[in-house]
Amino acid sequence: MRQSVLTRLILFGIVTVVALVYLVPNFIGSLPSWWSSFLPAEKIHLGLDLQGGSHLVLEVKVDKAVEHHVERLRGDLTNNFREKAIPGVSVERVEGTQLSVKVPAVDQERVRGVIKGDFGNLTEAKTPQTSGGNTEFFLILSREELRNLRDTIVDQSLETIRNRIDQFGVSEPIIQRQGQQNILVQLPGIQDPQRAKDIIGKTALLEFKLVDDNANVEEAAKSGAPPGRQVLYGQVGKAGTGVNVEKVPYVLESRTLMTGEYIQDARVRPGEQLQGPSVELILNNQGARLFEQITAANVKRRLAIILDNSVYSAPVIQERIGGGRASITGSFDIKEARDLSIVLRAGALPAPVEIAEERTVGPSLGQDSINQGVLSFIVGGALVVIFMIAYYKGAGLVAVVALLFNVLYMIALLAGFQAVLTLPGIAGVVLTIGMAVDANVLIHERIREEIRAGRAVRSAVEAGYKNALPAILDSNITTFLSGVILFQFGTGPVKGFAVTLCIGILTTVITAVYLTRIYYDYRIGARRLERISI
Amino acid sequence: MELIRSGTKIPFTTYRKHAVILSTLVNLIVLAFLLIKGPSLGVDFAGGTMVQLKFQQQTAISDIRQALESVQLGSSVIQDFGQAGSNEFLVRVEKVGIEIGALGDQIKKALSDKFGGEKFEIRRVEFVGPKIGEDLRWRGTISVIASTIMMGVYIWIRFASAFGARFGLHFGLGAVIALVHDVLITVGALMLANYEFDLTVVAALLTIVGFSVNDTVVICDRIRENLRKIKRETLESIINTSINETLSRTLLTTGTALLVLVALYVLGGAVIRPFAFSLLVGFISGVYSTIFIASPVILLWGDRLRR
Repeated sequence: MRQSVLTRLILFGIVTVVALVYLVPNFIGSLPSWWSSFLPAEKIHLGLDLQGGSHLVLEVKVDKAVEHHVERLRGDLTNNFREKAIPGVSVERVEGTQLSVKVPAVDQERVRGVIKGDFGNLTEAKTPQTSGGNTEFFLILSREELRNLRDTIVDQSLETIRNRIDQFGVSEPIIQRQGQQNILVQLPGIQDPQRAKDIIGKTALLEFKLVDDNANVEEAAKSGAPPGRQVLYGQVGKAGTGVNVEKVPYVLESRTLMTGEYIQDARVRPGEQLQGPSVELILNNQGARLFEQITAANVKRRLAIILDNSVYSAPVIQERIGGGRASITGSFDIKEARDLSIVLRAGALPAPVEIAEERTVGPSLGQDSINQGVLSFIVGGALVVIFMIAYYKGAGLVAVVALLFNVLYMIALLAGFQAVLTLPGIAGVVLTIGMAVDANVLIHERIREEIRAGRAVRSAVEAGYKNALPAILDSNITTFLSGVILFQFGTGPVKGFAVTLCIGILTTVITAVYLTRIYYDYRIGARRLERISI
Repeated sequence: MELIRSGTKIPFTTYRKHAVILSTLVNLIVLAFLLIKGPSLGVDFAGGTMVQLKFQQQTAISDIRQALESVQLGSSVIQDFGQAGSNEFLVRVEKVGIEIGALGDQIKKALSDKFGGEKFEIRRVEFVGPKIGEDLRWRGTISVIASTIMMGVYIWIRFASAFGARFGLHFGLGAVIALVHDVLITVGALMLANYEFDLTVVAALLTIVGFSVNDTVVICDRIRENLRKIKRETLESIINTSINETLSRTLLTTGTALLVLVALYVLGGAVIRPFAFSLLVGFISGVYSTIFIASPVILLWGDRLRR
């Protein structure tokens, strides 16, 4: 009925060899090439809390981008009505993402036809209202369109962020969507988290607008810009140093002549003499043509270069500029210029992002945590070993050997599954040592009972294993269930704990029950189990 | 070696009235404190920013506070962290809504101005926005409740086949009441010791739920076995026998778990300490609740068990 002792020994032998194979990469610095060509070469992944790094959850402000999209649709609608020569139509954006279209009641059907025909992605939010000879339509994006749009915005943001991080140079970053509108970014081992955040978080919307030189700047800054104009600020003095920073207002024409979407490349040019460094933009063909047109039409006027609503510079256009090159100067140092070129190359984010969660651990704290974790693992383990041998003597020693294999398998499984080891994860390993011997305690207490009840040692051992098994399974299943719930609930480090807890339970049942059993079966088979040290 | 002599017969069930009254009282006090004062929530659940600083030299909290005054953090709490003499501090700021992560930079700058850039190190920054904090709070609470109920259901189903669905339910209820007790005791101890509630504490509570129910399962298993074996005695006496027979296992198992937890608590560092503390309290409470709470609950309804 039972497999022979030998078969099981061989089986455990194979498992142990496989486990050791998975462990080797963690202890040997450089593996020979023949090893990594067909054997696992991955080390156990350390969580950010152990190796240091930043964990960021970014919230994409999708609603802002949807509003912009609707605003563009408003323009399209207005133009469309103009082309179709429908007079007296006014289109306005209300309540964020709703469009209100007011038309003379006589043109009602024509307007509806245009909307149905050319703007299939818009649906009527409610029935049109007619009053005073005018009909008002209320349009919103259709549900499907809105869902697609939001999805696209988040995906585009993710791609842009990925580009920026790639150029920033972080090894093995994790960038993925999380839920409806969040993006998870993990940057292991970065030295300057603040700079990374600045690069990731910048919307980097580059705009070119004309400066209105006739406007009264002071008055506009005080009491608001006249219609069709807007006031934006630029900085004089070096930003970030806190010295000599002064805000300078500009009155600009609201219309955006060009945006950064035509940028093909952006390079840092070192500064000459008194000037700081600049960032040179190389536009693609379409952009170059557009830029040439713009500059040709506005010679002697000032063209403001605006990044994220802040005016960097507003040089006078001396002549038509061909060749598709423009440059941004401003008060920044070489590092800031490099970061600026990164975000311009990677493109603008379609929507602003906000940091919803940040967890940054410095490398020294990570190392401390590893040391403390390993120390408590060793001390905790030693205490359990001493206790088990003192209390159960021979049988305790058997349990302790099983415990060693338990830890071996556990770490091998962590490596094999590519699980991430975190500080709570280490705590999970330590805790598993303490809880694993529960199975042995259950078995040993049973065996003692059976011996006390007058059974022969051999049958006492067999009965002990048999009777203890249900309780062992029960207690491990319940802990496992908690582990699964914890895995569902937890984030980052806590997930690491859930993983080690669950893996530890699997290896515990295997080693504490089945591995120790091989030993006793061997002695039973060899007829050498007349006495037992327990 | 034997911790509990075989044949030990401690009449646990006779103390059940005292135990139930005492435990109910303690639990009600904890509940009252939870509702009136509320637990002090860590950044994970309350939202806000927490910065862990390590200075090279001995530094007074008042000096740090003074340095940080220039950045106007609003309500901030500065406290010692880690071992004495490690010169580590936690700065906790409630204020949110500053530009992307600029707070860490501001703190760094203010401290550099006062102490010099090389004299300290920012070892950890945790920022949780209000939305995520609320989400985590909700999920944390739900997960503890869900796992507690799940344990009850597991035991119900597990013992339903042996005693019929109704008595399985009694066992399940007994387990759930014991677990609620353990969780409340742990929560109370955390509040008493002034620990903040964060994700690792919730992880600890879930582990307590999963671990503490083990003792209940083992004792219930023994009760089932003894009900078959011993026909002539009362249920109370059988429950008592079962508790006594499994007593040494209960103590040993929790004992070994406590050994490693003490190691974690003492040596595992300040980050993991609240976690180890919770488990220490929860596991000890688990032994007590299994013996004095779960069993009486079964006894309460269980007199018909034999018929």
